[in-house]
Amino acid sequence: MDFLRPDRWEDALAAKAEHPTAVPLAGGTDVMVEINFDHRRPTHLLDLTRIRDLYAWQTDGPDVRLGAAVPYARVIAELSGPLPGLALAARTVGSPQIRNRGSVGGNLGAASPAGDSHPALLAAGAVVEAESVRGTRLLPVEDFYTGVKRNALAPDELIRAVRIRKAAGPQQFAKVGTRNAMVIAVCAFGLALHPDTRTVRTGIGSAAPTPVRARAAEDFLTAALDEARCWETGRPVPPAAAAEFAALAAAACNPIDDVRGSAAYRRHAVGVMARRTLGWAWRQYTDGTTGERGERCA
Amino acid sequence: MRVNMTVNGRPRRADDVWEGESLLYVLRERLGLPGSKNACEQGECGSCTVRLDGVPVCACLVAAGQAEGRDVVTVEGLATRAGLPDGKLSAVQRAFVDAGAVQCGFCTPGLLVAADDLLARDPDPSDADIREALSGNLCRCTGYEKILDAVRLAAARGGGGAADEAGAEDEAGGTDGRAEA
Ligand code: FES
Ligand code: FES
Repeated sequence: MDFLRPDRWEDALAAKAEHPTAVPLAGGTDVMVEINFDHRRPTHLLDLTRIRDLYAWQTDGPDVRLGAAVPYARVIAELSGPLPGLALAARTVGSPQIRNRGSVGGNLGAASPAGDSHPALLAAGAVVEAESVRGTRLLPVEDFYTGVKRNALAPDELIRAVRIRKAAGPQQFAKVGTRNAMVIAVCAFGLALHPDTRTVRTGIGSAAPTPVRARAAEDFLTAALDEARCWETGRPVPPAAAAEFAALAAAACNPIDDVRGSAAYRRHAVGVMARRTLGWAWRQYTDGTTGERGERCA
Repeated sequence: MRVNMTVNGRPRRADDVWEGESLLYVLRERLGLPGSKNACEQGECGSCTVRLDGVPVCACLVAAGQAEGRDVVTVEGLATRAGLPDGKLSAVQRAFVDAGAVQCGFCTPGLLVAADDLLARDPDPSDADIREALSGNLCRCTGYEKILDAVRLAAARGGGGAADEAGAEDEAGGTDGRAEA
C-alpha cells in the first residue's frame, strides 16, 4: 500500500488520475474502519487532510459552497443559518469525536443509503462538484447516488465541494435510531420549505437502495398548499393534506428488512417523520421562529 | 514509512509504519503509550480518544500518516499539559478517582481526554453538556452516573486545568492507563 499525501488540490487530482484505484481519505470514519477490519486493502491511500481548500467554504451567492472535508462540527457551529437542515442532520452524526472528523464529502463518497447528510442535501437542493484533471462536472445530488454505496464519480474524479442552496425557509430533519448518539439511521427524513418558489422538497435516508426524494409527496403537497392558499395566508396545512403527504412519503420508500429494522417499520416511520417534520417546519414558517425543537424527538 | 509527530509535547518518530496503520496502533505499539485503549477499532466506543491538533478524535480512525507533523495529546499527557510534574494526576483524573468513576478502567482514558476537552472549553458545563460531550464514550461497567459525578466534581474544583490539591495521598491509581497495557 502507498500513502499519498498531496499538499495541493492539483496534486491530488494528478495522483487520482495516475492511480485511479487510490482511495481518498479525510476524516477516516468510514475508510479506516474498512482497513482496520481488513475489508479493504487499497493499493493507495490518498490523504486529503493537507489540502486547506477542502476545509473552507464560501457563502457569497445563492449557494453555500462547502469544501468536501469540512467536518460536521463546523457545519453545526458555523453554518446552521444558511444550512439549517444539514446542521440538524450533522448533529445526529455519530459522536463529538466523529463529528470532528467526518464530512459531507465523505458521506457522498461512501454513498451509504444511511448517510445522515443525504436527506438534508436532497431537501435543500445541492450540486456535487466532481473534479478530475479532465475538468469539473456539476452533478445534482439526486443523480449522484447510483446504488447501494455507489455514486456517479468516475475513477479519476474527486469530490471538491458541494454547492448547497441557502435556505429560503424552514428546514427540518428527523432520524430514527435506538439512542441519541452513535446511531446508524434506521431511517431518516429531511424536509425543506422553499417559500421563494412555494415548493416543498424532501429527502429520505436508509429506506431505499439510495437516498431518494419523495417526489410524488412533494408535488402533491406543493399543489395542496397552493390550492389552500397556505403560503400567502399562513394558515395551517389541512390535516388531510398532511396525511396524504405522509402516505406518499411512505410510498416512496423501497426498504429492506435488516438488523436495524424491518421494511414495514421503515415505511411506517418515514410516514410519521414526514408528517412531523412538516408540522415543525410549517409552524416555523407561520411563527417566524427559529425552529428550536426543544425536547421533541421524532 | 516513517512518521514524525509531537506527542504530549515531545517530538516523536515511528519507523516501519505500515501505510494502513492507525494512529492508535502507532501510539500503543510503536511509541510505548498504551493509555489510549483499543476496543472497537471502528469509532464506536471512544476508548481511543486523543487530541489531534487540539481536537478530540478517535485515534483508531486516524491513519498514522495523517498524523505526520501534527500535535497529539494522549491520556498520558494530561497531567503534564496541566503543568503538573510526572506521576501527578490532573484535576479530571483526580476527580475520576475520588468519585469512584473507574471500575475496569478500560473506558477511562478516552473519557478523561473527552472530559478534559469539555472543561477546557466550558469550565461550568450543564448536565446536558456533559452528556453530550461524553456521548461518544462507552462504558460497560459504571452505568455512567459516577462518571457524570466525576466531571461535575472536576468542574466544581476548578475545571480541567492544573492543581490538584485533593490529590495528595495516592498517585498510584490506574487512571493514566499505564497499569493495564
Ligand atoms: S477503539 Fe477507537 S473508538 Fe473504539
Ligand atoms: S469502567 Fe469498565 S468500561 Fe468503563
